[in-house]
Amino acid sequence: MNFPAELKYGTTDEWVRVEGDIAVIGITDRAQDHLSDVVFVEITVAVDDEVSKEDVGATIESVKAAADVNIPVSGKVVEINEALADAPETVNADPYGAAWMIKIKMSDASELDSMLDAKAYEALED
Amino acid sequence: MFTPHTENERQDMLRTIGVSNLDDLFQDVPAEYRYPHLELPPAMTEMEALDNLSYLAGANETTRDLACFLGAGAYNHYIPAAVDNLLQRGEFYSAYTPYQPEISQGTLQAIFEYQSLVAALTGMDVSNASHYDGATAVAEAGVMALNQFRFKRKKIVISPAVHPQYRQVLRTYLNGYKDLEFVGDEEDVDPLEDPVNLATLVDENTALLIIQYPDFFGRIYDYTQLVAKAHEAGALVAVAANPTALALIKAPGKFDADIVVGEGQPLGIPLSFGGPYLGLFATKKKYVRKIAGRLVGETTDAQGRKGYVLTLTAREQHIRRDRATSNICTNQGLMMLASTIYLSLLGKQGFRQVANLCYQKAHYAAQQIAEIPGYSVEATQPFFHEFIVKCPHSVEETNQHLLEHGILGGYDLGKDYPALNGHMLLAVTEMNSKHEIDVLCQALQEGSHD
Repeated sequence: MNFPAELKYGTTDEWVRVEGDIAVIGITDRAQDHLSDVVFVEITVAVDDEVSKEDVGATIESVKAAADVNIPVSGKVVEINEALADAPETVNADPYGAAWMIKIKMSDASELDSMLDAKAYEALED
Repeated sequence: MFTPHTENERQDMLRTIGVSNLDDLFQDVPAEYRYPHLELPPAMTEMEALDNLSYLAGANETTRDLACFLGAGAYNHYIPAAVDNLLQRGEFYSAYTPYQPEISQGTLQAIFEYQSLVAALTGMDVSNASHYDGATAVAEAGVMALNQFRFKRKKIVISPAVHPQYRQVLRTYLNGYKDLEFVGDEEDVDPLEDPVNLATLVDENTALLIIQYPDFFGRIYDYTQLVAKAHEAGALVAVAANPTALALIKAPGKFDADIVVGEGQPLGIPLSFGGPYLGLFATKKKYVRKIAGRLVGETTDAQGRKGYVLTLTAREQHIRRDRATSNICTNQGLMMLASTIYLSLLGKQGFRQVANLCYQKAHYAAQQIAEIPGYSVEATQPFFHEFIVKCPHSVEETNQHLLEHGILGGYDLGKDYPALNGHMLLAVTEMNSKHEIDVLCQALQEGSHD
């Protein structure tokens, strides 16, 4: 299983990549593995929405479960990945790349401090 | 009485939860309510009880004894004998959706056929496995639309010409949601106003526009413009349709309705004093993950054989928990089956014939009644099998007079619409012979002099 060192991780299996004042959000390799084949992704926030840490940003449906994606940092949504609606399997194939879900312009980047690094996330029990 | 637990087991359970005896479990119920004294008559033997019940049943006036011109959402149609016969087969005879569904291939196939029929009838992509009745189906349309907009749109526009009970149930159902606004059917609104005017109420805060087709008063409108205008504001449109009428008039899918709901009772289900009935619910494919209830899909097994499964279940509350659109995860199994058998028996042609008979007979009745002095038929708009009659006396008096002539009269519109006091809603179906209609007219004529 792959946990890139440059990302930050949430205990509910989200990852964040910081690009300047933008946080890019997706779900981890472990999350996609647990869900198994993803059949549906719905981003439940829209561009320009103001969101708070721990709001639900997306719901994912797999052949065996449905899960919410929690937003790990407050701010304003600047972009959502609309391609996932037509290609949900991307979440399994490329969770850290093409399957990014939401980009947020952060209002308080210090909220990221409570997130885990790759090692700490990997050490979490399944 | 059979009770599965022994005294020892009971003591074990009481010890485990830390109470000393059974009475402790009920201590929150005031003592005087625990074993209230009931004023019951002495017990009867089975023979006496049956005799008594038969006597009570005999006091009912049914649609078999009376000429029925009452509709208002539930209609007296002929039900072929085969419907009841097939329903009562042991393999089918359950009101409930199977909990181990895939083992019940016959039931799943019946649901799949039902869904296909409803989709065809409404002109929509997908139907669920049904709801309890027309009113709850309308309410589920509201729930779905609010979820579709994630509760960012909080307004529901509803035509006053939607069945009053559907409007009530919708409000009851949505009672727990915060800050919702219902507009369009306020008491000071003229209930007979042209529904196209509802468009002015639909705005960017509107989640759903609800209209009825034909409407509660039996009128048929072309909703094409209204739907297009609602869509311009981004709102969804739900159409509550009478399935029998859909055999003759344009399917709501053809004028771009987003959700079609309806009361399925006219499809082979007896009137039965209000239930059990059947809630139809169909929508566009793009909303399929937002709908309530069960969905059956057709597939093939590992050996390529056709089979049926419950599908898209991740929408439902047993998986999505509190984030599910609705907590309904059952259907109206037996009534769904009745309607499937009914439609299959009649076929496309037979079903159209039923609808056409309703239409023709209703129009004959309207024509005849319009000629009776003192009565006027308020039908400026095309109608299906129901129309408004203005009576010279109160509807209550008129109906009392009709009943004396063996006729079950129309619905008293004044009960729901104060502006329509003295107006009766008359329904005519294929069950009403020309003779019955003529007798009705005669009785109305006599009644006008009283």
